[in-house]
Amino acid sequence: MFDTSAPARKLVEVRDLKMHFPIYAGVFRKQVGEVKAVDGVSFDIFEGETLGLVGESGCGKSTCGRAILRLYDITDGSVVIDGVEIGHTPQSALRKIRPTMQMVFQDPQASLDPRMTVASIIGEPLMEHGNLSKAARLDRIYELMDAVGLNRNFANRYPHEFSGGQRQRIGIARALALNPKFIVCDEPIAALDVSIQAQVVNLLEGLQKKLGLTYLFISHDLSMVRHIADRVAVMYLGKVVELAPRDDIYATPKHPYTVALLSAVPDPDPNSEEVVERIILQGDVPSPSNPPEGCNFCTRCPNVLPICHHEEPKFEEVEPGRFVACHLFGDRKREASEEPETQ
Amino acid sequence: MTEVAKKSSVEQAIRPPRSQWWDVWDQFKTHKGALVGAAFFLFIVLAVIIGPYIWHIGYETIDIRARNQAPSFAHPFGTDQLGRDTFARMLKGGQTSVAVGVTAMALSLVFGTFIGVVAGYFKKLDGPLMRFTDLFLALPLLPLLLVIIMLFRDPLRAAFGPESGIFILIVFVIGITSWMQTARIVRGDVLALKEREFILAARSIGTPNRRMITRHLLPNVLSPIMVSATLGIANAIITESALSFLGLGFPSDFPTWGRLLFDATDYLQQYPERVIWPGLAISLTVLAVNYIGDGLRDALDPRIRGR
Repeated sequence: MFDTSAPARKLVEVRDLKMHFPIYAGVFRKQVGEVKAVDGVSFDIFEGETLGLVGESGCGKSTCGRAILRLYDITDGSVVIDGVEIGHTPQSALRKIRPTMQMVFQDPQASLDPRMTVASIIGEPLMEHGNLSKAARLDRIYELMDAVGLNRNFANRYPHEFSGGQRQRIGIARALALNPKFIVCDEPIAALDVSIQAQVVNLLEGLQKKLGLTYLFISHDLSMVRHIADRVAVMYLGKVVELAPRDDIYATPKHPYTVALLSAVPDPDPNSEEVVERIILQGDVPSPSNPPEGCNFCTRCPNVLPICHHEEPKFEEVEPGRFVACHLFGDRKREASEEPETQ
Repeated sequence: MTEVAKKSSVEQAIRPPRSQWWDVWDQFKTHKGALVGAAFFLFIVLAVIIGPYIWHIGYETIDIRARNQAPSFAHPFGTDQLGRDTFARMLKGGQTSVAVGVTAMALSLVFGTFIGVVAGYFKKLDGPLMRFTDLFLALPLLPLLLVIIMLFRDPLRAAFGPESGIFILIVFVIGITSWMQTARIVRGDVLALKEREFILAARSIGTPNRRMITRHLLPNVLSPIMVSATLGIANAIITESALSFLGLGFPSDFPTWGRLLFDATDYLQQYPERVIWPGLAISLTVLAVNYIGDGLRDALDPRIRGR
């Protein structure tokens, strides 16, 4: 089903991942429904690549990233990281696998314990895993601080004494401490200003080259994803609607939602910016606790077909390496004749 | 010049991270009130521990000819209606009062923090533990104390002797009736902290629950704990005096600050200084402890440190 000709090994395999949060209401706190934050997501990440995960706010990107690292107890599905199935492993047993997978968080202020020094923050993973002596641990901490471009003199300082970019570097150093193979970057640049964003992204790219890391890069910044990602997955309402190599998806987006999303990216060229045609989606995103029947996007899709309202589209490979979940593509070519312009 | 600068920066670079407690002490020193409070508290503690051995009049010595005397060189704080030296009784009474205050506070703090952290961190235990706390909050204090003391006074006296038996009983009674506020405050803070991203970050590292609590949660709930600790000492000293006043505490001839205070109220109009001494001692100790707590809270918070 998936692209087998890829040269690299699959490091992460996510199959039909579901993360539903129960909603309790009433006097007896009865479960009245669930928020389907992530509802059946499947993708692979190859060793050494960066998979960009994009989508609008609230579509389940961050939840997906956290669920893959099993920071939540997932509802259903399987996650295989480096050949180990961790989808339903109990948290206590996960401890041994944690060093392989790490995370860089969105808010560098909130993700660092305000009462700990930089040295103890970066050293925490080393304390938890491995039995380095005090001196060896300090050496490793300094090494990591060098790697992310932090002055060694900062080791005794506290997070509040740093700027946002420096704090994010501390977070990255902590994520690197255990020599992970796979790092989930959960909007690592969203809380930073533009000049610092570039620094942090370049740092992440440099580390990837040097250490052979694999990233899941979650972001809503489409231009940044275009810069850093090798392949891009687009999420809408808890589902991946399109997954394709970066150049293909930016050049010829297939899914109507991807088309609309990419048309919103501003173009730095004023001439082309004036003539560009924006696709303005009507209406709001449906509630993830009560998604529409059939295709999740059918309420807002400009090219909606009758079938979209009652049958859920399959997530299929329509061209080598390109996956789309839409009735306009894939096996269901019977309506291909009336395919509207989705270029 | 540049070489010197470079050299010093290299030297700095190899300076290992020093213990956090040095930073705390540096900051604590800058808080004048806390320093004075600490010095005064230390002075009180030393005075009540060493004082009775140095002061030449025993606290039980009755000199009936010298009764109801005003302060003089022979009796710096005067004498009471039986001619006992008030200064000696203040020193001896301070021993018990300070010991009761500190131990009862420590007991209620440890218990309250434990209940609060466990209730806040483990969702399943939250309901039962908080109902347990509510139960204690709803208990009427005085009848409870009466029952406890009636039930346990004699066995404890028999086991540990009259004074230490009562000491254990009083500390225990004050401890178990004053931990609820701490528990509620700590639980609230832990509930808020638990949702912060650094806890998630620690979980992504694989930090087990017990170290999550000791490394991340406890240091971050230290401020409210500190505040309730300082208030707790004052509360414990005062509760002890109330118990002594009701005749439930230490024997009537055994001095504590609260006991002296209540004994002196009978003579408030004739000899007002007798109320002033224990009152002053209680207030100043409580004030000193409050300042220490204030300074410690500031010193333990790295965001305030260095300002």
